[in-house]
Amino acid sequence: MRIDCKHVWEHISAYIDGEVDTALRAEIDRHLETCEICSAVLDSTRNVVVLVADKRVFELPAGFSERLHARLDVELERAGHS
Amino acid sequence: MPTPAPNMMPPTREFEAECIRRILAGEKNLFHDLIRPCERPVYLLLFSLLRNKAAAEDAAQETVIKVYRNLRNFRGEAQFRTWVLSIARNEGLGWLRKAGSRREDSLDAEIDDSTGDYTPAILTSWREVPYEALERKELGALLRQAIEKLPEIYRNVVLLRDIEEMDVRETAAALGITEGAVKVRLHRARALLQKDLAPKLGGFAPERKGLFGWAR
Repeated sequence: MRIDCKHVWEHISAYIDGEVDTALRAEIDRHLETCEICSAVLDSTRNVVVLVADKRVFELPAGFSERLHARLDVELERAGHS
Repeated sequence: MPTPAPNMMPPTREFEAECIRRILAGEKNLFHDLIRPCERPVYLLLFSLLRNKAAAEDAAQETVIKVYRNLRNFRGEAQFRTWVLSIARNEGLGWLRKAGSRREDSLDAEIDDSTGDYTPAILTSWREVPYEALERKELGALLRQAIEKLPEIYRNVVLLRDIEEMDVRETAAALGITEGAVKVRLHRARALLQKDLAPKLGGFAPERKGLFGWAR
């Protein structure tokens, strides 16, 4: 039985993460060979996943770490005297 | 999923256990080293919950102080980072509760709203990642806006799974949801991001005919 586009889209995230079983993966791969649309949906989803993973997208505020560790020093000092 | 570079890998359990033992034995300053790898995920999770940089930073500081004060209670069953993130999550929820800005059940709901439109944007071809374009501020801003627009329960999962590259199990433990819920939410989040971003990202593709072409 051949799976349709909608069925492929439902499994795209799991497919990208390698979490679909062998039989379903084979079905999806067969569908992708002939379906330009699903291939593009898969590629674009995968690319979105790769792009959002880039550490430059979300950065810590400037000085975040310094302020955090300065606060922590106060706590460690305080705890030492208690 | 890209494999994180070795220096981005979380510290081993042995390192953490040894560190905690020594801190509790009096080498308090080692706590700085223990907590450092957790700073970024803690801040991002709190930013996802509170959607305000200053509040997320304050809550992150409170979280780290609570982690230090409760270090004795860490049993080592979970990864240290997972334990820290669950404390961060409680801290964030406490802030939201105080602010009275949200329904109590929205984060913990296991039954997700499935009425959204998760149909992808249809493009005929998109095979190259416009990495170089990340240097351009507009692309970073587009990606941030798209993630910030996601419903909270999806945003939290994307931040931990796709941005901090935590596995399904750790994400589930940190957020207090099932692994199944992580997978469903991640799938929907990615579908929403693809739908929002794929058409906009066309402008950032390397200049070559045929890329990002719309389906006829």
